[in-house]
Amino acid sequence: MIAAKDSKIAIWNIIVAYSAFLIGTFMGLLQVFVRNDALGLPAWLDYYQVLTVHGVLLALIFTTFFIFGFFTTGMSKSLGAFGPKVRLFSWIGFWVTLTGTLLATVLILIGEASVLYTFYAPMQANGWYYVGLALFVVGTLITSFALVGHYMRWRRAHKGELSPLFAFMTVTTIVMWAIACIGVVITVLFQYIPWAFGWTDTINVELSRSLFWYFGHPLVYFWLLPAYIAWYVIVPKLLGVKVFSDSLARLAFVLFILFSIPVGFHHQLTEPGISNFWKYLQVVLTFMVIIPSLMTAFTMFANFEISGRKKGATGLFGWIRKLPWKDVRFTSIFIAMAFFIPGGAGGIINASFQLNEVVHNTLWVVGHFHITVGTPVAMTFMGLTFWLIPYLTGRRFTKSMQKLAFVQIITWSIGMLLMSTAQHLLGLLGAPRRTAFTGYGDHPSTVEWFQGLLSNHLTMAIGGSILFLSAMILIYIVVMSLFLSPKAERAEQEVEFPLAESDKSNTPHFLENWKIWIGIAFALIFIAYAIPLAQMIHNAPPGSFGFRTW
Amino acid sequence: MEKKQEHEHDHLDLRGTLFSVMVVGAIIVGMWVVVYLMYMGR
Amino acid sequence: MHLHKFEKIWLIFGIVALVVFLGVVGITAFSHDHTPSGGMDTIDPEQVSVTAPFDNPGVHQLDDDTYEAVIIAKAFAYEAQELRVPAGKEIIFKVTSTDVVHSFTIDDTKVNMMVIPGQITTRKYTFSEPGTYLILCNEYCGTGHHFMYSEIEVY
Repeated sequence: MIAAKDSKIAIWNIIVAYSAFLIGTFMGLLQVFVRNDALGLPAWLDYYQVLTVHGVLLALIFTTFFIFGFFTTGMSKSLGAFGPKVRLFSWIGFWVTLTGTLLATVLILIGEASVLYTFYAPMQANGWYYVGLALFVVGTLITSFALVGHYMRWRRAHKGELSPLFAFMTVTTIVMWAIACIGVVITVLFQYIPWAFGWTDTINVELSRSLFWYFGHPLVYFWLLPAYIAWYVIVPKLLGVKVFSDSLARLAFVLFILFSIPVGFHHQLTEPGISNFWKYLQVVLTFMVIIPSLMTAFTMFANFEISGRKKGATGLFGWIRKLPWKDVRFTSIFIAMAFFIPGGAGGIINASFQLNEVVHNTLWVVGHFHITVGTPVAMTFMGLTFWLIPYLTGRRFTKSMQKLAFVQIITWSIGMLLMSTAQHLLGLLGAPRRTAFTGYGDHPSTVEWFQGLLSNHLTMAIGGSILFLSAMILIYIVVMSLFLSPKAERAEQEVEFPLAESDKSNTPHFLENWKIWIGIAFALIFIAYAIPLAQMIHNAPPGSFGFRTW
Repeated sequence: MEKKQEHEHDHLDLRGTLFSVMVVGAIIVGMWVVVYLMYMGR
Repeated sequence: MHLHKFEKIWLIFGIVALVVFLGVVGITAFSHDHTPSGGMDTIDPEQVSVTAPFDNPGVHQLDDDTYEAVIIAKAFAYEAQELRVPAGKEIIFKVTSTDVVHSFTIDDTKVNMMVIPGQITTRKYTFSEPGTYLILCNEYCGTGHHFMYSEIEVY
C-alpha cells in the first residue's frame, strides 16, 4: 500500500477518468446509430456536438486523468510517499484540470463549442471553451511539475544513483508532455483567446494549425507512453521475469523525447502553406520515432519467450502455451499489444508522405486511432484498472470480478475488431470521417462503399454496440472496486502493485542526463520548425474572422 | 559478475522472438505495399 | 547497452524497411512529381471573389494538354461552373475557402486537398477513365458538412 493521502489523489483522478469514460462511450454508441440511420437525434442535440463530446471526453479527459492516477500511484510506490508540497500541488493541478474540463464540457453541451477536439480555426467557439482548454493544459502541467518535484527530491537524496525505471519513464513522459504543451499554450493564449473574445479581429489559420499539430502528435505519445510503461515494468512481473534490459528500455524512452515532437507536419501533408521540403523532413523524423517501437516489440516477445522457457517450454513456440492466460491483468495487456501491430503499421502508412492522400480524413483514420489509443492504450489502462483500484482502496479483486473482467476485455476486442475493420476498409474506399449520416444524394460511389461484406454501417453499429456493452461492464467493475467489493482482510487477499525488478547495474548514466536529451530535443524542434513557422508568420495572408457554422 | 550477465543475454534462446517480430515486420511491409499499390492505381 | 544478436537482426531489418519506404515515397514524390497537394500561394479570404483566378471559377484550358480547374469552397458547397474536364489531360486544381477549413476530395483519385482560408491549395491530376466522379468535403466544416458535395464529369 502507498501512503493513504497519495492514494486519495490517485483515486480521485481515476474517478474523474471513468466518469468521462461513461459519458464518452455513450456518445460513441449514439454516433454509430446515427450513422446507421437507425436513430435521429432530438433537435437540441447535433451529431457534431455528440462527436465533440466523444472525442474530448475519451481522447483527452479519460486518458489524462487515468494517466495521472497511474503516475501518482507508481511514483509514490517506487520513490516513497509524497511530501506536503508535492501533495498540495498534485491537488491544485487536479482541481485546475477538472475546472478546465468541466468548463469546456459545459460549453460543448450547450452548443457553444461544436468544434471537435481539434478546434480548427477559423471556426470560432465561445471564448470560454478555449479558456477551459487552457486551464486543462495548465492543470496537467501543475500536476506534472509536482511529480517532477518528487522525483528531484529523490535524486538529491540518492546522489549518483539511477532512478527506478518506473520513475524514469514517468519523468520522460512528463518532459515530452511539457515540451509539447508549449505549442498549444501559445496558440490558445495568443491566438484563440484574444480572437474569440474580440480583442483581435482575425487569426493566422495556418500558424494555428501548425502549433496545434506540434502539440497534437506528442499528445498521442502522451497516451501511449504510460501504456508502454506498463508493458515494460508491469508485464514482466506478471510473467515472473525481470525487465529484459534496463538500458534499452531507458534508451527507447529517451528516443521518444527526441522524435515524438518535431513531426507534427505529418498531420498536415495535404495542406498548403508548408513546402514539400519541410513536410518530407518531418516525415523522415516521424520514421525515426518508429525505431523505439520496433525495440519495444522485440522486448515484449523476448519477455514472453524467456518466461515460457523458464517454465519449461521447448521448441520455437512452446512458450506461447506457458503464458499466464488465466491472469486477466496479463491477457488484457497482451490483446492491447496485439492490436498495436496493425495500429502501428497503419501509422507508418499515414505518415508516408503522398500515401497520406489515400487515407487522409477518411474513416481509415478513425479506425486507426481506435486500434491505437482506443485499444492498445485504453485496454492497457483497463488491465491496470483491474488491480490498481483494489490496490488503492484495499479491496479484493474477487474471482467473480476476474471472470467479469475477461468478459469485458473479450467483448471490447470483438467490438473493436468489427468496428475498426469496417472503418479501415471504408476509409480505403474513400468514405470520409467526422460525418453524420449521408449518402451524398445516393451517389453510386457511396452506395458501393457501404455494401461490402465488412465495409458497411451495420458492422460498425454492431461493433459499437458491443463496445458500449463492454464499457458498461467495465464501469460496473470500477464501481465495485471503488466502493463495494469486500475489503481484503488477509495478506493473500491483498492486491499487489506488480512492479518488475530491473537490473540497472549495466545502465550508462548519460541516459538519465536530462540536459542532453532536452537539449537535443529542442535542437531537433528548431531544425524542423523554425524556418517553416517563420515563413508562415512572415508570408501570412490577411487573417480570418471567426465563423460559427453549426 | 556484470560482464557475465551481459553475455548471458546472448545465450538466451530467442528464436521464437525473432520469428515473431519478423511476422510483425511482414505485416508492416504487407500493409504498406497494399496501400502503396492503391495509391499508384488512383 | 548490449543488444541480443537477434535484436540486431530485427532492428537492421526494420530500419532497412523504413529507409526503403522513405526512399520510395521520396524518389517518386520529388523526381516523378508525386508530391501531395499543397502550394505556397496566399490570398485575402475576404477578397476571394475579386482576386484572380477565383474571380472566374470553373474549368479553363491553358494549352493543348493542360486545363485549370478553379474552385471556391464555402460552407456548404463548391462554387464553380459545371466541372467538365477531359480524360488524359493534366488538370491543375486550384482551391481556396472563403470561410472555414474544408477539403476538396475527388473519390477514387489522388485528389484529396485540404482547403485553408488565406491559402491556395494546388494539385495536378490526370484522369485516366471518363465518368462522373463524386467530390466531397472530408474536413468537418459545420452542421451541413455532410451535405457538402458535388460532381466532376470526365469525358
